[in-house]
Amino acid sequence: MNESYAVAAVALVVVATALVGAFGLRVSRTTSDFYVASRTVGPRLNAAAISGEYLSAASFLGIAGLVLVQGPDMLWYPVGYTAGYLLLLLFVAAPLRRSGAYTLPDFAEARLGSPAVRKLASGFVVGIGWLYLMPQLQGAGLTLKVLTGAPGSLGSVIVAVVVVANVAAGGMRSITFVQAFQYWLKLTALLVPALFLVLAWRGDGAPARAFDEPAAFREHRTVRVQDTVEIRLAEPLTVTVHGSVDGRPHDGERVALPAGPHTVEAGARLGFPAGAEVPVAQGPGADGDAALSGSGGPTGQERPLYATYGLIIATFLGTMGLPHVVVRFYTSPHGVAARRTTVAVLGLIGAFYLLPPVYGALARMYAPELVLTGNTDAAVLLLPDRMIGGVGGDLLGALIAGGAFAAFLSTASGLTVALAGVIAQDALPSRGIRHFRVGAVTAMAVPLAASVLAGRLPIADAVGLAFAVSASSFCPLLILGIWWRRLTPPGAAAGMLVGGGSALAAVSVTLIGHHPTAGVPDALLAWPALWSVPLAFLTMVVVSLATPGRIPPGTGAVLARFHLPEEIGGAAVRKEDAA
Amino acid sequence: MPHDPAQTSGRPGPVPTRVVVTGPPRRHRGPAHRTAYRPRTEIHEQTTLGHTYVRSLMRTQLRSALTVFAVLVALVLPLPLLFAAAPHGHALEWAVLGFCLYPPLVLLARWHVRRAERHERDFVRLVEDQDR
Repeated sequence: MNESYAVAAVALVVVATALVGAFGLRVSRTTSDFYVASRTVGPRLNAAAISGEYLSAASFLGIAGLVLVQGPDMLWYPVGYTAGYLLLLLFVAAPLRRSGAYTLPDFAEARLGSPAVRKLASGFVVGIGWLYLMPQLQGAGLTLKVLTGAPGSLGSVIVAVVVVANVAAGGMRSITFVQAFQYWLKLTALLVPALFLVLAWRGDGAPARAFDEPAAFREHRTVRVQDTVEIRLAEPLTVTVHGSVDGRPHDGERVALPAGPHTVEAGARLGFPAGAEVPVAQGPGADGDAALSGSGGPTGQERPLYATYGLIIATFLGTMGLPHVVVRFYTSPHGVAARRTTVAVLGLIGAFYLLPPVYGALARMYAPELVLTGNTDAAVLLLPDRMIGGVGGDLLGALIAGGAFAAFLSTASGLTVALAGVIAQDALPSRGIRHFRVGAVTAMAVPLAASVLAGRLPIADAVGLAFAVSASSFCPLLILGIWWRRLTPPGAAAGMLVGGGSALAAVSVTLIGHHPTAGVPDALLAWPALWSVPLAFLTMVVVSLATPGRIPPGTGAVLARFHLPEEIGGAAVRKEDAA
Repeated sequence: MPHDPAQTSGRPGPVPTRVVVTGPPRRHRGPAHRTAYRPRTEIHEQTTLGHTYVRSLMRTQLRSALTVFAVLVALVLPLPLLFAAAPHGHALEWAVLGFCLYPPLVLLARWHVRRAERHERDFVRLVEDQDR
């Protein structure tokens, strides 16, 4: 693969991002521009910006990699990412905009009038944001490493610097343009190569092995294992081995491996015959680069149903609590626009998510050995070279690389804007533009340090866990806060602490410890949403009912403002402000 | 101070005289109008009646949202079981999750927005009609 095209494409995306950001800078003057683009972003621009920001590394690279490793069950991820917006629309979009708050902590304070709940919400926003930023930075590192062999942290640093510069310089106004631009860039970067890849697949006789379980090699292929892995064979298999397997060195002879676990030393080359099933890697190699094979159980094995339902709950309910998603709604001019924006977003991201499954299916046919070598997240990047090759393959690969960088940049930008707003308001003394900039640097510095120091973290896993924490803290706060009069500050605080806290604890155990082996308790830790979301709702309701005296005095007026159309509610707001 | 649209627009009269309103509006109306509802005023002054109006709108919107949510749950919840049980579960899973589920999501969203906006329009009309 020719690296220079890809490097040029990545450089072009970075420069274009900076330029579009600079264009936004010229129109970004006031503090209101900085925080909410002066609330004048129309549905179409805003929808493209929301979609551009939402389609992250996990969507662009992670889903195809997951599908490659674990099969079609993983398609619940994109479905959940999309359906999350439907739930956001149903229960949250218009009232959230009408609440007139800017961040989730603002919402908590406007609804409950409690500084303590506000502080708690700020803590969760920053935690979720950092959890979500880390995999973006790591994805950037991985992409650059796969494409050019650059050290893993270089891509992370590039993304961090560009994002902080853009955000600190132009704030929300400039980021809105950047993200709208990057939605279309990302769509193009997946759509055009996908068309060529599908043509190449048709030219290949349209084999349909992708849908077989498990993935299998289509032709004789030699796989070089980078890190020592433990593989598990479902059936006996004869392979040619250069290197060490099960502690015995081989030099190119055919070895009959019985079914069961085998250890393949780093650097070994295995030659698989055509039609052989791709073995399942589960050693440290799988923990490191292959990242994604973590929480879902090995290939070919049925995922337990509760894991699927856990994933559905986390992604469906988690979207509404993501800090970068919520901030975007405040940039709509009014509640009706917020609703229409959400519908447009559903259409845009739904269209985008038709593409990653195509890459996942093709990767299962043309690059199944990535499961063994570890770089499953790189499947999307490697397919054009593998299937088309030559200059055409290089150019398409470069387009994908550019799109991948757009994904890291836009999601990281959105998260940084959201976090910078919260940090500037809740951790720093005033709301000036200077503090917004300090907040932006802080928002990026911590996850950058963590991703460089802590090494690899599974992209889609980390994102999935961020969704789980969001679903068990902010989802109940938003839904009960908007629709239930009897919510009290102690109830909200207890619900967020118990639900979000336990999800966060489960997440930490999963991330720090080894990947869970089979067994219900481990699966419950890996998919906390299944129990932590109901727990959060229950705690919030029970504690609120137990503290009826603490219902905030202005609740009726606040709810009226959330729900009344602007032409009626507007005067109520003015009245309250005057009082 | 509540304003009264009837003062400026709806009042019939041979000569359009400019009236400076200084007191409570009921001075200019007959006793028959005394009990007329003023939802906008009631809402703004946060009376019990005003709360009832807001509550009714909230209840309508919530019912509408829950209907769509119920459809979504009925659509999605059986799918994992279906994929596990059906004879060609995996092929079905590729087709449904990869492609078929997105159009219904968008259609549900459009349906909900249409209904929610209609409820709000109806509410505004109700309030403004009775305000006159």
